[in-house]
Amino acid sequence: MSDVQKKKFIVTRFDPDKDQVPKTQEYTIPVKPDWKVLDALNYIKDEVDGSISHRWSCRMAVCGSCGMLVNGEPKLTCSTALSDYGDEVHIAPLSNFPVIRDLVVDIEGFMDKFKSVKPWIIRAKEKAVEEGPCRQTPEELHAFKQFSMCINCMLCYAACPVVSNVPEFLGPAAIALGHRYNLDSRDEGAGERNEVFRGEGTIFECSFANECSEVCPKSVDPAAAINQAKLLAVVDWAKSFVVPRGGDK
Amino acid sequence: MEVFRHDLVIVGGGGAGLRAAIAVVEADPKASVALVSKVYPMRSHTVSAEGGAAAVAAPDDSLEMHFKDTVKGSDFLADQDCVDYFVDHAVEELTLLEHWGCPWSRDADGRVAVRAFGGMTAKRTWYAADKVGFHMLHTLFQTSMRYDRIVRYDEQFVTKLLIEDGVVKGVVALDVREGVPRAILGRAVILTTGGAGKCFPFTTNGTIKTGDGMALAYRAGVGLKDMEFVQYHPTGLPGTGILITEASRGEGGYVINSEGERFLVTRDYGVGQKAELGPRDMISRAIMLEIAAGRGIKGSYGDFVQLDLRHLGEAKIMERLPFVRTLARTYAGVDPVFQPIPIRPVVHYMMGGIDTDIDGATTLPGLYAAGETACVSMNGANRLGSNSLTECLVFGARTGQKAIAYARGASAGNEAPLLRQAQEEAARIEELRGRRKGGERIAQIRREMQKTMEEGCGVYREQASMQESVRVMAQLRGRVADLQLEDASKVFNTEILTALELANMVDVAETIAVAAAARRESRGSHACNDYKTRNDQEFLHHSLVHFEPGGPRLSQKPVNITRFQPEERKY
Repeated sequence: MSDVQKKKFIVTRFDPDKDQVPKTQEYTIPVKPDWKVLDALNYIKDEVDGSISHRWSCRMAVCGSCGMLVNGEPKLTCSTALSDYGDEVHIAPLSNFPVIRDLVVDIEGFMDKFKSVKPWIIRAKEKAVEEGPCRQTPEELHAFKQFSMCINCMLCYAACPVVSNVPEFLGPAAIALGHRYNLDSRDEGAGERNEVFRGEGTIFECSFANECSEVCPKSVDPAAAINQAKLLAVVDWAKSFVVPRGGDK
Repeated sequence: MEVFRHDLVIVGGGGAGLRAAIAVVEADPKASVALVSKVYPMRSHTVSAEGGAAAVAAPDDSLEMHFKDTVKGSDFLADQDCVDYFVDHAVEELTLLEHWGCPWSRDADGRVAVRAFGGMTAKRTWYAADKVGFHMLHTLFQTSMRYDRIVRYDEQFVTKLLIEDGVVKGVVALDVREGVPRAILGRAVILTTGGAGKCFPFTTNGTIKTGDGMALAYRAGVGLKDMEFVQYHPTGLPGTGILITEASRGEGGYVINSEGERFLVTRDYGVGQKAELGPRDMISRAIMLEIAAGRGIKGSYGDFVQLDLRHLGEAKIMERLPFVRTLARTYAGVDPVFQPIPIRPVVHYMMGGIDTDIDGATTLPGLYAAGETACVSMNGANRLGSNSLTECLVFGARTGQKAIAYARGASAGNEAPLLRQAQEEAARIEELRGRRKGGERIAQIRREMQKTMEEGCGVYREQASMQESVRVMAQLRGRVADLQLEDASKVFNTEILTALELANMVDVAETIAVAAAARRESRGSHACNDYKTRNDQEFLHHSLVHFEPGGPRLSQKPVNITRFQPEERKY
């Protein structure tokens, strides 16, 4: 068929068993007009080179597995249209993470940060199931809903200039998540989380470059979360001098 | 080989697995649980569920109505004791999720809101806009982090159950990152690995849904139950198969043909007054008949009909169905505020699965299963939308509690023979890695499997094509043993993972074809052109498929009917 378009994919490869440093490998393949970047990678894996490694699952932009750099920008490859790119497309692993293999990065560090913000409901006394659901108005829900939409795709860490300099920085997604629980009307754990937030390498490291919010595929706006969290953590700290901790709940 | 020891091993970190893990540590605070998943738990396919989770909440609703809707929806193949247990415990499970932080959508007074769903006679589907699976999964995963006794083994692919004297004592898991197999021992194992939609070419399922748990149990001698019942969701995007939630119709969306006609209203497809809110099996059939009658729209991925949300208006779509709007724009190039969405029936869910009793126990001591991978059975021949997320919680929790109670009384087993089995399994995996001598390509076998399953086990089925699928699958079972692999590396070798998953799918797909060909009637999702009616005289029974070296062996099991006698299923 004459209307079959071809594109060249320049893919970063790295196998720690063989390679000292990453290299690139080129694949020129036929592409369909409605393909996403991930479709091209899957075609290469299935039909051209079975040794290429990448993560993916839902292909509908909700599982968060397939974040990569596409022409240098952090993207969810399953929702990034190939038609937005020219005849050459560079695909590389997310920046600011150690690379395990090819396009697969090590997110263990993130998983630790994620847990450190205590991303669960904390209450002085847990509500019994017999009491039924808590009341929460649409306004109370709205207060945190946006920050609960994070799919942990790591694009914000790849984009963050602070993470790049200070790898231990708690980072956008983890802070947004902790802040999400702090804003939840059912939660009483803000005091504990604010102690985490006031620790070293956390919210005050943020230089407000806003890169995280610009690359976020789910419009979570972690930069806004960090800014709000800074304010709340300071207010909470100041209040600790005038009210016994936890006494205002 | 590294060996890890726990009281209990859970395989799968989605809705059912996480709920089971939390139930175990809450029931026994000293219990140590291994949560083994081939992906990080928040990637599990529960994440893709959209529309909601069912539990009776409204004053005009009742447990009896939920029970009757579910049994009728199942075309009377559900076990009614299981359905009763399910509806009785649905509310407390969704309430727990609420207490754990799930952002359920609310009415103005702050109560949890409910929406209409297919085959349900009252509004009873709890929702968090149209990302319910995502929020439930993340809530469960984040809550599970409170418990240090839940020890995660992320990105570890279980390839074998370890069995001593007929009792399950652990698993072998391939550490994807390191490329080495490990033995993870426990006095009970729960399989919660989800469905097997990837046996088919056109599915809502993510690429990880390869029937792993079903294949593990099957090869260990446990029967797979009711595998012929494959749910086609009426509204998938052509080409990709991406799910457009039933909540679109629950919120008032129309299904229209090429003439703009609401054929579920104007023509008799058995859904009566329910129209677009009929059960999924009936609506998928209606769409296929409309397309066959020439009232579909031609598209590059086959003919389709349309889901029309325009009359709902932008405000309601943005409040209730924002994800649907994004999906339609990104993957179909249409904005549902202004244009109808192209849709066609798509493989979505396996009603069948690992044969368990109401406790999630299989016939193999020490082995349990819950969620889509199991068949308890509460879905029978056709599941109602929004029952399965709740099922993951209700039976995930119960199975966790029952499994840890069993594990407390069971012995840890004799490690030496278990580790010998694990070494044998390690050798098998090592033989497969970078296996150049093979003659078959992974992608080729997968294509042939998916093609024959679509042709033989589609929305409408015929004896001849089902028999052909049985024949092809038996052949593929032989060919999948001779795969050629290129990647000899240890670290994050996804090729060997894909090969192991393909072998799982081939086994599971064969059981689907075999069970389908044997059911010479039409019931629920199993619609046969050669046998157009339900035949309770001969087929009011579960089907069971057991593994035999020479090929699958088929048998039957009675349905538990307590108080709702089978009647004609008409809406």
